[in-house]
Amino acid sequence: MRNSNNSSSTGNAEQKIPLLNDPKIRSIVYQILTIGMVVLLGYYLFSNTVTNLKRQSIATGFGFFEKEASFEIGESLIPYSAADTYGKALFVGILNTVKVAFIGIVLTVILGTFLGIARLSKNWLVSKLAAVYIEVMQDIPILLQLFFWYSFFYDILPPTREALEPMKGVFMSNRGLAFAIPEAHPAYKYMAISFIVGCIAVYFLRKWAKKRQEKTGQIFPLFLCSIAIILGLPLVTWLFSGAPHRMNVPELVGFNFQGGLNISPEFGALLLGLVLYTAAFVAEIVRAGIQAVSKGQTEAAMAIGLKPGQILNLVILPQALRVIIPPLTSQMLNLTKNSSLAVAIGFPDFVSVASTTINQTGQAIEGITMIMVVYLCFSLLTSFFMNWYNKKMALVER
Amino acid sequence: MKLFKLCLVVGIVFAISGVAFAGQTFDSVKAKGFVQVGVNEGLFGFGKPDEKGVWRGLDVDTARAIAVAVFGDASKVKFIPLTAVQRFTALQAGEIDVLCRNATQTLGRDTELGLDFAQVNYYDGQGFLVPKKLKIKRAKELDGATICVLPGTTTELNVADYFRTNNMKMKPVVIESNVELNKAFFAGRCDCMTSDASQLASVRAVAPNPDDYMILPDIISKEPLAPAVRHGDNQWKDIVNYSVLAMIEAEDLGITSKNIDEMLKSKNPLIMRFLGVTSGNGKALGLSENWAYNIIKQVGNYAEVFERNVGKNTPLKLERGLNALWKDGGIMYSPPFK
Repeated sequence: MRNSNNSSSTGNAEQKIPLLNDPKIRSIVYQILTIGMVVLLGYYLFSNTVTNLKRQSIATGFGFFEKEASFEIGESLIPYSAADTYGKALFVGILNTVKVAFIGIVLTVILGTFLGIARLSKNWLVSKLAAVYIEVMQDIPILLQLFFWYSFFYDILPPTREALEPMKGVFMSNRGLAFAIPEAHPAYKYMAISFIVGCIAVYFLRKWAKKRQEKTGQIFPLFLCSIAIILGLPLVTWLFSGAPHRMNVPELVGFNFQGGLNISPEFGALLLGLVLYTAAFVAEIVRAGIQAVSKGQTEAAMAIGLKPGQILNLVILPQALRVIIPPLTSQMLNLTKNSSLAVAIGFPDFVSVASTTINQTGQAIEGITMIMVVYLCFSLLTSFFMNWYNKKMALVER
Repeated sequence: MKLFKLCLVVGIVFAISGVAFAGQTFDSVKAKGFVQVGVNEGLFGFGKPDEKGVWRGLDVDTARAIAVAVFGDASKVKFIPLTAVQRFTALQAGEIDVLCRNATQTLGRDTELGLDFAQVNYYDGQGFLVPKKLKIKRAKELDGATICVLPGTTTELNVADYFRTNNMKMKPVVIESNVELNKAFFAGRCDCMTSDASQLASVRAVAPNPDDYMILPDIISKEPLAPAVRHGDNQWKDIVNYSVLAMIEAEDLGITSKNIDEMLKSKNPLIMRFLGVTSGNGKALGLSENWAYNIIKQVGNYAEVFERNVGKNTPLKLERGLNALWKDGGIMYSPPFK
């Protein structure tokens, strides 16, 4: 009965709602309560931990960063020795993780795209081979694959003294792959600079070509020109700076190969395992993305006379990418996080160095916090970049 | 996954609200009805399950001695296999009551890690295991070698120190699991493996062909391996300490698991006190008076435990060396039981 009374005088009724029943105030109260509980819980955990650590007289804090690490690390991108600090050792670990994640992501995207397109091939054999690969790789746990590749390196390949030499200057042994690389020469520095200059030039060329096409309708042979600039400039630089061609060939000195570039079995196995595993998932994402563009679009493009390459570049890919990028991002994150399985096969990634640090200093809480923060940063950076790219792709409305 | 387990342990440290510390391990062990012991996940002669799944080894028998001291029953023990990296965190977090996992006592571990070490149950030193075909005779010839080493060990630091002081270069291959590390070493991934000499003997024993490998004569460090407990729990440390010492003292007094029942009739006051015929020791520790009798009866004296697990008739073929009694030229020595 009250309802009917209220409805007759709506204006007053709104003000009469009791404070406790007001949905706005209620939601604010609940949110404050929730935040309060989270903060309290956090405070409880923190203070409890600190008291417990004190009671057990376990050292706390990040003071160990400055202490001498006094353990060696198998491979490092920067000079490192046991006399350096824990801080530097951990940085070496971060660089190693970045190295494997970056190279891994690039290779995975290339291989995955290739497999995804193969999966859609009209050729029965190609499509089935890709399907079998994708199914098998997705179904075997990554850790097992890593063990497999690692034992492949050290069990199947011969010892250093009997190393295989499939090509001149390339040695394969159970210590990994050793390549010949060009001997250091100032020319290479100039080549790198001219490569960057070339990339910038191409960027402006593209802008100009697009503008010209919009104005006049003339199509500029952009692809060939870009390649010519990006590859040609460094080549010319190389010729002008005296065309150095001395190679740094690896040589067996004592126990191991010295000189050249060496890919350790640990790095090789980790990279191979991660790329082959993740590429199977990326292939499915690429396939789904391409299939998400309706067939009518291809037919329409053909009807207005576009060539197959143009159809792929101008019609299908821009639309498929919007479907592909978000799940692709999460696969990239997976690859980065899975790289922490390196501990199992002895690659000195960040987790491996951090857990040695934890064990030598006994400061597990700081160590684990550090691991979490570093991986959080990796993930946030990757998704930040991919979100930016995604937005850029999504904005191209037609 | 290993990392997950480590995270879990850290989580426990976060979560426990001050239970089971300072003087409380003994009470909580009695309430549980068994001792939880951290052991090696697979080190032949020290801690490893045999083909029937029964745990065997010097450290395992030390753990059994502690269980016997508390409960009078060697089976009242639960073994938690731990890697070198996990072991101290597991102890700090209270996941285990005592760590019997060939851990070297060091100043840093005794202080900053919040641990206390009991009586050493094996005096060891770090050595190098190499394949004979490399024709290396001394450690000094290892310049430039790739070396297999377990992470989170004192050996990882010693080997770096040794190479630094001798101006030599090395490349470590660091794999967390014993089993995987051994596989890599036998396959020739490394030129040599470094660890405590006893551990190398155990690795050699499980090699496809043990005669292909040799331990170099150079010993580069002191490695007193001892059971560890959490810092500040004095009663529990005493119990662990004297459980190990009881086995040493029994050897000193000539008591073995075979002759112990005759020894009960002995009129030697030292033996009478040790076996609890004259009471006092048990009460002082908070244990039953026949605790030492039970240890020797069920586990054996130190000589028996040593010979059974790592001695000359085992695949490890280790000599007593430093681990002989003080009167036989070693440094195993127990304070008087009175």
